[in-house]
Amino acid sequence: MLGKLTWNAIPWDQPIPLVAGSAVFSIAIAVVAWVVLKGHLPYLWREWITSVDHKRIGIMYMMLGLVMLVRGFVDAIMMRSQQALAFHAPGYLPPEHYNQIFSAHGTIMIFFAAMPLMIGLMNFAVPLQLGARDVAFPTLNSTSFWLTATGALLVNLSLVIGEFARTGWLPYPPLSETTYTPGVGVDYYLWALLISGVGTLMTGINFVTTILKIRAPGMGYLRMSMFCWTALAANLLIVAAFPILTATLGMLTLDRYLGFHFFTNEAGGNMMMFINLIWAWGHPEVYILVLPAFGVFSEVISTFSRRPLFNYRSMVMATMAICLISFVVWLHHFFTMGAGADVNATFGITTTIIAVATGVKIFNWLFTMYGGRISFATPMLWSLGFLVTFVIGGMTGVLLAVPPADFQLHNSLFLVAHFHNVIIGGVLFAGFAGLTYWFPKAFGFRLHEGWGKAAFWLSLAGFYVVFVPLYATGLLGMTRRLQHYDVALWYPWLLAASFGIVIMACAAACQVMQIVVSIRHREELRDETGDPWNGRSLEWATLSPPPAFNFAVLPKVHGEEPYWDMKRRAIETQQLPAEPEYEPVAMPRNSPTGFITAFFATITGFGLIWQIWWLVGIGLFFAYATFVWFAWRDVEEYVIPAHEVARIDRERRRVHDEWLQQDLRHHREPA
Amino acid sequence: MSTTETLPFTTAPSIDPYKLGHDGRRRRPDDGGAGRDYSTGHGEGGPASKRVIVAYGFWIFLLSDIVMFSAFFAAHAVLRSATAGGPSGHELFDPRSVAIETSCLLLSSFTCGLSAVAASVRSQLWTQLSLLITGILGLAFLAFEARDFMTMIAQGAGPQRSAFLSSFFSVVGLHGMHVSAGLLWLGTMMAQVFVKGFRAVIMRRLLCFNLFWHVLDIIWIALFTIVYLMGEGL
Amino acid sequence: MAGALMLLVFLAGCTGGILEPQGPIGAANTKIIYNALAIMLVVVLPTIVATLAFAWWFRRGNPRAQYRPDWVYSGRIELLVWAIPLLVITFLGGVIWIGSHKLDPYKAILSQSKPTEVQVVSLDWKWLFIYPDQGIASVNELVVPAGMPVHFSLTSATVMNSFFVPQLGSMIATMNGMVTQLNLQADQPGDYYGQSVQFSGDGFSGMHFTVHAVPEDEFAQWLERARNAPSALDRSGYVALLQESQNVRPFTYRAVEPGLFAAIATQQIPPGPGPSGGSGGVSVRPSGAK
Repeated sequence: MLGKLTWNAIPWDQPIPLVAGSAVFSIAIAVVAWVVLKGHLPYLWREWITSVDHKRIGIMYMMLGLVMLVRGFVDAIMMRSQQALAFHAPGYLPPEHYNQIFSAHGTIMIFFAAMPLMIGLMNFAVPLQLGARDVAFPTLNSTSFWLTATGALLVNLSLVIGEFARTGWLPYPPLSETTYTPGVGVDYYLWALLISGVGTLMTGINFVTTILKIRAPGMGYLRMSMFCWTALAANLLIVAAFPILTATLGMLTLDRYLGFHFFTNEAGGNMMMFINLIWAWGHPEVYILVLPAFGVFSEVISTFSRRPLFNYRSMVMATMAICLISFVVWLHHFFTMGAGADVNATFGITTTIIAVATGVKIFNWLFTMYGGRISFATPMLWSLGFLVTFVIGGMTGVLLAVPPADFQLHNSLFLVAHFHNVIIGGVLFAGFAGLTYWFPKAFGFRLHEGWGKAAFWLSLAGFYVVFVPLYATGLLGMTRRLQHYDVALWYPWLLAASFGIVIMACAAACQVMQIVVSIRHREELRDETGDPWNGRSLEWATLSPPPAFNFAVLPKVHGEEPYWDMKRRAIETQQLPAEPEYEPVAMPRNSPTGFITAFFATITGFGLIWQIWWLVGIGLFFAYATFVWFAWRDVEEYVIPAHEVARIDRERRRVHDEWLQQDLRHHREPA
Repeated sequence: MSTTETLPFTTAPSIDPYKLGHDGRRRRPDDGGAGRDYSTGHGEGGPASKRVIVAYGFWIFLLSDIVMFSAFFAAHAVLRSATAGGPSGHELFDPRSVAIETSCLLLSSFTCGLSAVAASVRSQLWTQLSLLITGILGLAFLAFEARDFMTMIAQGAGPQRSAFLSSFFSVVGLHGMHVSAGLLWLGTMMAQVFVKGFRAVIMRRLLCFNLFWHVLDIIWIALFTIVYLMGEGL
Repeated sequence: MAGALMLLVFLAGCTGGILEPQGPIGAANTKIIYNALAIMLVVVLPTIVATLAFAWWFRRGNPRAQYRPDWVYSGRIELLVWAIPLLVITFLGGVIWIGSHKLDPYKAILSQSKPTEVQVVSLDWKWLFIYPDQGIASVNELVVPAGMPVHFSLTSATVMNSFFVPQLGSMIATMNGMVTQLNLQADQPGDYYGQSVQFSGDGFSGMHFTVHAVPEDEFAQWLERARNAPSALDRSGYVALLQESQNVRPFTYRAVEPGLFAAIATQQIPPGPGPSGGSGGVSVRPSGAK
């Protein structure tokens, strides 16, 4: 009746997941109860859950990413503390548990923290920067978000119902086949990623279409902001790479559920094929993560240096080169599988070529700072931290791209330190830079600078104190994923690393404090102008937060940095442009489709994991029914009448006029 | 994917979205002053029309689907000779059945194209008829394919027999799943056309369905060539 | 900065692992690591310094810095910015091509002596070392003559593993149904730590072994002692070894059935069984499996 599900699925005899699960469950119930009892549910449903507005969806992605970042970070704390304790000792986490923790850590951090953070920033900022009203397919956008949330939910459910995969964040066969891992852990992993992968693919389709087909008049390709270019490259990668993930995980699912032999030891299965296919997705994936990060830094460095981005065209070329080349480097993830010298060397060389494009970008950022007037607000600090940290990570990456070096360092803690170096230094720092940079636009008030700076410095210090020792242990021969070890040489370094994790925990606390304090003091931190940083791109032309329709009249774009041009022209002519003809604006209606589809996807996924087939049937049937019901609606848009558009825009003009008068009065430096 | 001028059912709904049942040229509530004629979305003219956006997005989806099929084709190329002492394609494939399946699918593509023509002249009868025939041909395709699968499984050549057979069943089965999903969509479209007529949004969806069905046909050609024809020769 | 300092302290004082290679392969690999690092530091260190220098000099409060709001392109800088990385990777490309070929794990080590043959099987969760020429086998302990090359043929009984002795050199994967090869040499007598470096399940952490490099006469003595071990390794003994076990203490077999490794590698002896069941209820075998 309930497939494989029994009461034994709950970890009654394991205190850590039991306590953690109960705590999270209680908090969740408390939050839901507070929301319902305070009467906030209708508001939440109307304005957020069913919203198809890219700004709201972007904010929800960021919230999901930040929460899952904390969850993944807790896993990291457990891993570091286990390794600090497990020298000639078993530590406090038995292998069955430890192996789930590092697998969950990687899976959550990549799929449910880093991806949502980057996708959230893209969702929020790209349509605004393009001068568009929304993305190409707003309801699809909402569905993408909720399907990603479904994946996150399933992974977290595995903590308390059943177990998670014990195979690492990429489940290499034959270990991940039912022969060697018969439990539901790998199934949780597979369905969570297959479902959220659909969501991500839809995001890719949405943004490629938006960036290529929905831009303000006059915005040719070479007038788009750098963030839009990197968003385009990242989403092209999503469209081209995620289907490979779906296919490969699908093959593993067929092996596990129906006894197929894609990757099994017997009957002709080929485990090397899994590794090739999964990394054919896996390498573009890391560029999907880091390209938007590069875009954020282009925006931030340019704005806070008060200079245009240096050598914009070269940056565009480098970005698209990275996009293309990322598809021909995948073998560097398994030089030691024995492909032979010719193959290894070829892929090593292609990997170094991709480093050229990244190096070009770094130099262009440096020269953007050169000749600037740099202010060290929190986003700029994150960017400086990135510039220093990422080049080290990139360097160790190019080192690992040399096969003889990799023959000694593959799968060691040196490798682990390398990829954390680039992901934390690149993606995470960009997440926080973007958060701090665009927060005022999203909510109308800035984040507290003091707490932000504290979070930055502690993060930077914590990162080095954790990972430099790990580089060391890797050079001393330590491999990754060890639950215990007996080599005295490694022990002091692992102790040092656990001290670093404490520093990072303090950084996380500061980050949380920043948000809490900022909300408490939001009136003092309020941003009246919509342009707190003296920005250069179109999103700063709107009020904070922008109205639903973003722009009353789509702006006419005459060059790169359209908003900077607008400001300059206003100062030169000493007036705002004439009031435009206001017309009614049609906006897409909210829809519960995304949320309901994801709800049934969760049911379907849970049923598939536990092999409760009738539940699967129900889930699929109602998911399709939801889709049909959505397709049946007669009214797709609602219209904002011209006078309402005019009223909102006149408020914006009033604010901008005030700014202009102030500026002319004080003869503020024109740039 | 030409500009908006040539197709009558492209523009966004008018100021009064609750008036239903008629389309034709609508004045766009707001186009940023760019003018309809230039909205190809190539930067200079502002956002593209809804029809262009929908078709473009759907094409990107189809390309991503082709990538997914490519992964399965790649797996098939690797596992082609991994018969683990079991039967190979040469011993299993029934060329007659495959020929019938191919004709059904190709014919169904033709009737699907007919339905597009019928829709463009707003003929409810011919649209429904040609869609129905498309569906029947699609079902026939699936029936023959299912029969092939059953026969093979009965002979002990099911997907659990060897990696080659796993790969064969998966790549052909994936295509079959897409055809099944397409038939489900087809049924829904027939109902929608019947109830709602040839509104702009319905026409866009019919266009997407057409693209989907033709691409499935193209993938079948590739499948037929790589899996069946080249598999025979092995 | 703290990180850089730690790195310097470490490099100055610490030895061990791959930084203290004890064989020609390891030495060559490590040399390449140092060279590649040095080449890249030539670019990376000035870049980091420039970052901090530019940020400091062009800070808003510095009246002496020249503000250039409209300078967005320079052909010379563009040339430099593409040329420097290209030069570096051209050099590295050479290192990569030549190094990959010279240090291919399959490439035999040039030596006066004939290589000692060792056949390696990774099991759950221990290592089996078969000496086909000497007719004995050893579990979790690898004894080799110092100063002479060793040629490994490797396979796996179950899941993917990876054979690695950090101080001797390169690692190579082990996979069921396939044979990979590795050539290593220990220059001096000594004990070296070895480990699987491809995660293979619950007993993975215990899957380390010691490599004893010994003078030739000691090697002969060890062989003699092994030939007096209680058990012999035949098919049934191997099947017993296939059962899951962790933290196995080293022991030897006095004899090995001829052709055992070939039988394992070609799957004449089927791969090992897995565990009895993970948490989450009864594991369901799909119908018609295998």
